[in-house]
Amino acid sequence: MGSACACYTVRFMAEPLVFSLVVGVAVGLSAGYIGSIMVLEKMALVGDALSHVALPGLALGLLWGFNPFIGAFAFLFTSAVIIWQVERVTKLSFETLVGAVFTLALAIGILLVPAQDLLEALFGDITKVGLVDAIAAIVVSVVVIILVRRIYKKIVLTLMSEELAVSKGINVSRTNLLYLLLVSLTVAIGIMITGTLLVGFLVVTPAAAARVISSNLSRYVRLSAIFGVVSSIMGLLLAAYFNIQPGPLIVVSGVAIFAAVIIARRRISLNF
Amino acid sequence: MVIMETSEDYVLRVTKLSVEISKQKIIDNLSFAIRRGVTLAIVGPNAAGKTTLFRALLNLIPYKGQIEWNGKVKIGYVPQALYVRDIPISVREFLSFKNGSDVNPTLTSVGLDPGAVLNKSLGSLSGGQLRRVLIAWAIVDKPDVLLFDEPTTGVDLDSEEAIYGMLRRLTAQNNITLLLISHDLHIIREYSDYVLAMNRCAVFFGESKDIVKPEIQKLIYGERVCMLHGEVHGGTIGI
Repeated sequence: MGSACACYTVRFMAEPLVFSLVVGVAVGLSAGYIGSIMVLEKMALVGDALSHVALPGLALGLLWGFNPFIGAFAFLFTSAVIIWQVERVTKLSFETLVGAVFTLALAIGILLVPAQDLLEALFGDITKVGLVDAIAAIVVSVVVIILVRRIYKKIVLTLMSEELAVSKGINVSRTNLLYLLLVSLTVAIGIMITGTLLVGFLVVTPAAAARVISSNLSRYVRLSAIFGVVSSIMGLLLAAYFNIQPGPLIVVSGVAIFAAVIIARRRISLNF
Repeated sequence: MVIMETSEDYVLRVTKLSVEISKQKIIDNLSFAIRRGVTLAIVGPNAAGKTTLFRALLNLIPYKGQIEWNGKVKIGYVPQALYVRDIPISVREFLSFKNGSDVNPTLTSVGLDPGAVLNKSLGSLSGGQLRRVLIAWAIVDKPDVLLFDEPTTGVDLDSEEAIYGMLRRLTAQNNITLLLISHDLHIIREYSDYVLAMNRCAVFFGESKDIVKPEIQKLIYGERVCMLHGEVHGGTIGI
């Protein structure tokens, strides 16, 4: 009987961690994957800025009692379409346009989010993640990876020369829209584990670490996704162990990987 | 002004082409046609509309007038600049973006050793090697027409001559039509068949050997063009 009780206790404690790890792996994988494009596009801060756009959506979810991540995605999706359309008309960079809208969204979000929920919206709370969230994260992650895989070459070619891309029949505008929507999806699920303030890390740091030690695309993309997953798992396990917020620890884990990669590369270069 | 090379075996016919960007006329009423297998050099001063003409031919920008390709024409394009510095992409990966299966023979045909360059990143190549890879990119899927926008920018003189020689050989072997933007009159005279000089509209269309004639140069670059004739002897110019 005592043994059964212990088993139930362990299961009770382990379940949220399992869901967290599932979400963490899914988010880390897709964020690392799509983040590799964002770093190439010099849009590293766009993910960060775009994540703030999600805040009003989260706020409405918390206020009106529906899933805040649906609100976050709705706001991200709408913003992405607006930014894409304005970019087509004005030819301003995505970075400029995202920068222009994100502070406004942040201000509206802070005004709307109930004070007691603000910390959770800003830094996330993965302990509240359940089965539905875990399934949603897996589905979104799979969709993001499949679609990013389809547009990866198109985006890289566009980045190298837009004329070259168009001469090959690539619809640059449509590809950019799909890309922005996939970034929005990734940011929306990323908010689950790190919150709006830290989600930018998930799409930047793993890719930056991978870039340091990659001389071809396939290695770069694979390493970026792997670093994303390892950062998430390390952060979540440390958070469970120390019983503190996982978001900041995921960031710290990712930065540790980044630092380790730089040191390792430096040592290897020195040895030669 | 309408200038035509009249031929039924044309691969491209441009009729009364006009392009406006931000309400400014960049190309005005340009017409010409070229035969299959011909190399046409496009010259003109800065802001004459040369690159804009290529952009119109590639359907990248809106235009007025007609651009007719004769039949189903596959176009290979080499841009003036390619951003590769911060992108970790190998030559193999870059060429795999196209569906050409003959990557190794294509690299060999542009004077590169496949074994030596395939796994190198584009950013680590020299200017000449990068240009050759770009040409390989343009020809790997066997195009009918090549559009080259100053294909030897940033390449030293020896490599430049080698690249144009190689281009001449490739286009002759495969009956490829080549449209080439260049500022180098020597290159144009040596490696092209015809020249289209433009300054928004066409100002001259003729055989490339005529490009060095002073009256043609004045037509293209205006009265202020300074022509040098004769040879340099011991630091002074002998006419």
